[in-house]
Amino acid sequence: MTQPARLRHGGRINRDRPVAFTFNGRQYLGCEGDTLASALLANGVHMVARSWKYHRPRGIVGAGAEEPNAIVQLGEGSRTVPNARATQVEIHEGLIARSVNCWPGLEFDLLSLNGLFSRLLPAGFYYKTFMWPKSFWRHYEHFIRKAAGLGEAPTERDPDYYEKFNAHCDVLVAGAGPAGLTAALAAARSGARVIIADEQSEPGGSLLHARESIDGLPAVSWLRRTLAELAAIPDVRVLARSTVFGYHDHNFLAIAERLTDHLAEDRRRGPRERIWRVRAKQVILATGACERPLVFTNNDRPGVMLASAISIYTRRYAVRTGNNAVIFTNNDSAYATVLDLLDAGVRVAAVVDAREQPRGPHLEAARQRGINLMAGSAIVDVRGRRRVQAAVVASLGADANGLRGNDTTVVDCDLIGVSGGHSPVVHLYAQSGGRPLFDEGLAAFVPGPAVQTQRSVGGCRGSFALADCLREGYEAGTAAARETGHDAAATLPPGPGTLERHDYTLRPLWRVPDPPGHARGARQFLDLQNDVSASDVLLAAREGYHSVEHVKRYTALGFGTDQGKLGNINGLAILAQALGQDIAATGTTTFRPNYTPVTFGAIAGRDLGDLFEPIRLTALHAWHVEHGAEFENVGQWKRPWYYPKPGESMHEAVRRECHAARNAVAMMDASTLGKIDIQGPDAAEFLNRVYTNNWHTLKVGQCRYGLMLREDGMVMDDGVTSRLGENHFYMTTTTGGAARVYAWLERWLQTEWPELKVYLTSVTDHWATIAVVGPRSREVMKGVCGDIDFGAASFPFMSFRDGTVAEVAARVARISFSGELAYEVSVPADYARHVWKALMAAGAPHGITPYGTEAMHVLRAEKGYIIVGQDTDGSLTPQDLGMEWIVSKTKDFIGRRSFARADTARPDRKQLVGLQSADPALVLPEGGQIVDRPQWTAPVQTTGHVTSSYFSDALGRPIALAVLQSGRSRIGQTIYVTLGDGRVAPATITHPVFLDREGKRQHG
Amino acid sequence: MQGAPAMQRYSIFSLLRNALSHHERWQAAWRSPEPRPAYDVVIVGGGGHGLATAYYLAREHGITNVAVLEQGWLGGGNTGRNTTIVRSNYLWDEAAHLYELSLKLWEGLSQDINYNVMFSQRGVLNLGHSLQDMRDIHRRVNANRLQGIDAEVLNAAQVKAMVPILNTSPGARYPVLGASLQRRGGVARHDAVAWGFARAADARGVDIIQNCAVTGIRRENGRVVGVETSRGYIGAGKVGVVAAGNSSVLAAMAGLRLPLESHPLQALVSEPMKPVIHTVIMSNAVHGYISQSDKGDLVIGAGIDQYAGYGQRGSFHVIEGTLAAIVELFPSLSRVRMNRQWGGIVDICPDACPILGKTPVRGLYFNCGWGTGGFKATPGSGFVFAHTIARDEPHPQNAAFSLERFTSGYLIDEHGAAGVAH
Amino acid sequence: MLLIPCPWCGPRAESEFACGGEAGIVRPGAPDAVSDAEWADYLFMRTNHRGLHREQWWHAHGCRRWFIVRRDTVTCRIDGVEKMGSAGAAP
Repeated sequence: MTQPARLRHGGRINRDRPVAFTFNGRQYLGCEGDTLASALLANGVHMVARSWKYHRPRGIVGAGAEEPNAIVQLGEGSRTVPNARATQVEIHEGLIARSVNCWPGLEFDLLSLNGLFSRLLPAGFYYKTFMWPKSFWRHYEHFIRKAAGLGEAPTERDPDYYEKFNAHCDVLVAGAGPAGLTAALAAARSGARVIIADEQSEPGGSLLHARESIDGLPAVSWLRRTLAELAAIPDVRVLARSTVFGYHDHNFLAIAERLTDHLAEDRRRGPRERIWRVRAKQVILATGACERPLVFTNNDRPGVMLASAISIYTRRYAVRTGNNAVIFTNNDSAYATVLDLLDAGVRVAAVVDAREQPRGPHLEAARQRGINLMAGSAIVDVRGRRRVQAAVVASLGADANGLRGNDTTVVDCDLIGVSGGHSPVVHLYAQSGGRPLFDEGLAAFVPGPAVQTQRSVGGCRGSFALADCLREGYEAGTAAARETGHDAAATLPPGPGTLERHDYTLRPLWRVPDPPGHARGARQFLDLQNDVSASDVLLAAREGYHSVEHVKRYTALGFGTDQGKLGNINGLAILAQALGQDIAATGTTTFRPNYTPVTFGAIAGRDLGDLFEPIRLTALHAWHVEHGAEFENVGQWKRPWYYPKPGESMHEAVRRECHAARNAVAMMDASTLGKIDIQGPDAAEFLNRVYTNNWHTLKVGQCRYGLMLREDGMVMDDGVTSRLGENHFYMTTTTGGAARVYAWLERWLQTEWPELKVYLTSVTDHWATIAVVGPRSREVMKGVCGDIDFGAASFPFMSFRDGTVAEVAARVARISFSGELAYEVSVPADYARHVWKALMAAGAPHGITPYGTEAMHVLRAEKGYIIVGQDTDGSLTPQDLGMEWIVSKTKDFIGRRSFARADTARPDRKQLVGLQSADPALVLPEGGQIVDRPQWTAPVQTTGHVTSSYFSDALGRPIALAVLQSGRSRIGQTIYVTLGDGRVAPATITHPVFLDREGKRQHG
Repeated sequence: MQGAPAMQRYSIFSLLRNALSHHERWQAAWRSPEPRPAYDVVIVGGGGHGLATAYYLAREHGITNVAVLEQGWLGGGNTGRNTTIVRSNYLWDEAAHLYELSLKLWEGLSQDINYNVMFSQRGVLNLGHSLQDMRDIHRRVNANRLQGIDAEVLNAAQVKAMVPILNTSPGARYPVLGASLQRRGGVARHDAVAWGFARAADARGVDIIQNCAVTGIRRENGRVVGVETSRGYIGAGKVGVVAAGNSSVLAAMAGLRLPLESHPLQALVSEPMKPVIHTVIMSNAVHGYISQSDKGDLVIGAGIDQYAGYGQRGSFHVIEGTLAAIVELFPSLSRVRMNRQWGGIVDICPDACPILGKTPVRGLYFNCGWGTGGFKATPGSGFVFAHTIARDEPHPQNAAFSLERFTSGYLIDEHGAAGVAH
Repeated sequence: MLLIPCPWCGPRAESEFACGGEAGIVRPGAPDAVSDAEWADYLFMRTNHRGLHREQWWHAHGCRRWFIVRRDTVTCRIDGVEKMGSAGAAP
């Protein structure tokens, strides 16, 4: 297992550390420092993928984030990763990778038959067919979905975890190439807090393969020195393997740092990835530029690569990407690749330059080495299927839209390096809200004015010469630091000076003319991943899809995982030409986050499982667990639902609990109710405004039930409030509504009634509340509390007393949500367990029974008490619920005015009623709709539904609450409840209070 | 008809025929005419709803002297930015009927407009995670069945059988207790809906005018007479405004106020993968909804940003919350990667139902306030809005969705109980 | 993730706050004196301005004060903040 294409010298790989990995089931060796792409190339593997639509053989094109072809599935089982880019995967011992989207395999892929029908599959073909017969779409789609997608999603739970850091800095630098590094250096020397992030495995960017020297040092030596200086400055953080993937409002940027994927599995520790959520005062974008492809027939053959990628593989990874190269360019930069190839001993068969009179410093250097320069020419076709075998070269016409004659020259080669110019990586700039502008000279989109506190430097602003990158970076770093109050840099030595400038003369060439006799634009690929060719764009233009967004959506151009980093610009230039408009007017599609794909799990972070939402537990939770409670989620709370004894069903347990409450004594943890402490001289007036009833008349020591409405008159919450003092109240809310009510009250106080002197404090967690319920509750209370007179008259219903319960200072309120004689004991939460146990002990002789929310629901339903959110849905008024008794007619309150509106005042609104099932064994289903007749045919107007339904132990039969149009006037009538499966069940409309309508029991 | 050429039929045969000529002979799907001085009806907004309105004006009411004015590109607003869910299982009769009318139109739409909108009835699941969720699901399913809308309740095991990768463990923070299922619900190809309606409307003579922003609504004696645009004044007998994301701005041009707030709504897609999710899954309790497209992307809707925004961009923490919900529901998707996110502008109405009808200005009609749920209504909305404009009175299915309901209090509160406003 | 300049606590991440929507909506002093249409206007109708507008924010996970932010609804740029009840500030 040698590496036949590994160069003997140079590169940043470690030849002493061989790394074994598997690709498509075959073992290979690479070197430490290799990417999967460089290691495969070193092993002479060029064809690595099949394209998405036609399943054409594809090779490695680029060397980084722009790569459209080399998409692989990594690993197996729970750690598998779909759609990894081989150019960004660092190899490690034991790495397993395979090609995606081919069957049965890469070499022989049955789906490549699609290629034979490619003429039937132009852009948008599916919009024009698969419509007959009508019912067949699902069958067509079945096959379309078989062909969908690239990699395979894992099917097991992710064993890894992810985390997030929040960070603030003066200057965030995105990209650690030459411009980013000098920016960070200048800002850091100025004393600013700096974060610099780079997506690659090590900082340096183009310096990692540059031919140039800086300050008299080879680029990589200068890089080492600079990184050492940065490392020595406190408050500078250099992040590698970290992609700035999103630039949001108010200079909030998100960085994905990959921590462990590059390590062998047995060496991985800690989180797999980390999201940095950065708020930066100043941002410097130094994200460089992407080399642009040239679009010619069969430009997708394995062996056609970006010229810059060839340089990177040659100089950084010490890989010989071919033996006999042809370089095709329209600018000078590709001549550096020519030099790199010659240095590596690769034959350069020809340099095809679209320019009539090519010039430039690299060209001059290459010319001295002796090259076969074919000026004013273009590669018009490629021979070879699984690997380039030859380039077909023709002479370009004067305007580059056609050829000069039909003569072609065939140049044998196994590698074609292309350079169509450079596209500044303006993605983050555009994400920041900026609009890229088209620069005619560069034939590229460059950043326009900054819209946030941001600067673009170097390649991403269209400055492609190393000297410009270094200078711009340093200047921007200095300026950004100064804006954050750090200007020490002015006195420091100037930034790194340097070398010769590039001559960036370029002949725009968006689409190479078709070879003689070929259909327009066929197999001239723009988007290699989605198999979008120039002919597809031309078709879209012809059919009226003129907006660049339409073209993108119609052809899928740029929709791949590379998001069109390479060929999008060619596509829109071809569109512009087809429409006879200029590129600037055509514009770009929107550059959206993410710059490169980011793992779901990383973005989710730790907010999963028990941390997905906070779990709120009462102070008594452990006791409930110890005593076998089943729990119900209520908002964020876990509430005991019922306490089954061994072998007991839920129904039996709930009956037992209800029985105890009605016939002896039972107790419940009511601590989850929202509790708000209300103080201030205007507290009573405040309550008067937010509740429907009168609060000025409530005496100290008394409690009162209150109903809270929204301003549209609909019930939003309820609860009991006690008057602790003249200016001091204690409000309870529903469990789920606590936060909403608190926010609501604060809002009214602060924004609408600032003149009221009232202060609110949420005390939900401070107090534990235990409801002691049942005819024996008074005896139980007496057993634990000696300093309160529990006499029926001296401690009447709806009042409270302060006293000592089980030696703990407590507030005991005589209120009831069950209609029984009942007390609610509130103690500081820390004492809850002690007091609860004391009550259990005191109640033991009476058979005291803990009960949960289900029994609570049954008990209150027997009394016709509503649960807000279950019996109400935001569309019911107090009158609808039969609660006119609580609505004051003598004062204003929130929601009152809305009662007078036409619909709200309608007499035939839905009203709360009771239902009695005709079948004494049938508990009507909650959510069942009410119809008038046992047989019905749709559509039937809905008139009401069952809101609550239980088996009542006290009555020995099922009961239900419902809301029903004009329900109160229909008591006694028979209706039918739908059972959800076409059947119905008859029931009689009743009064909603089933038990003790006079309220004797609670007053007992 | 205004001399539009006969529409070239799309079929496998036309595809074959055109393949022989290398697809060089396809006609434009729609013309790009210069605006005429005046039209019988001007539709403001070239999204799916506006184009459907124009199509049904022509087809159902014979009104073809119609222009659709679009400030940008066809379908560039919420039509091209939504997560393409189609369903009709709404709680209240009025909403259910409107969306069901739409769903029935969806079922024949590709054939009707001769453009494959890829309406895929792969079913929509609404998950229940609490006892109250399940009560609400039963209530809604029972209500739907009364309206003749297919609906059923599934238990957790049945949900698991449909979606094997869903976490139905009872130990989950919010375990899945069950779901409602509408089998006729599904997804469609959003762009194709705009394009297909545009092509079909164009073929009936409707002028579709892109890059034409309305800057004013001219009225005389309480009646609309035309619109000022970036391409000059255009007279109009009637004006129908269907401009989601700009409804309040356009209303202000006519001196009207609407009960709307425009908020950013974000969505995202994963990288394309072999299909693992074959239905639409929505969960209100954990705030996530997901489907997988025919290209293999997981299509995920995020929550609404809390602040008003016209910028088509929202906050990152909303995306973080959404992906936490998705990974919580589908733990095996943790290693899948998010490819792209984007934002739209949704006009939120107090009762999560649209406003669709006449206004105090004669001849001016508004269709707005669809919130996060407008896409599924596209054909139905166009159908009833065309009726409203043509007859100057609402269709029975949109009569309840008047602006007047905010005065009378006759709200159709679709987030009250079911809370499934997507 | 906006950066909200709380007038009491200084700039804090948006996730600490709840947005209360359009500011300046005044509750009719005598609700019975207004028509149903006027009441509906107060209850539901919004200017929903495209551009710079005033809106209420609550520092829910901080000082729990309500205040007013002037923000551009297109660019999200924040122009300034007002404490409740400060000179000229309608709620």
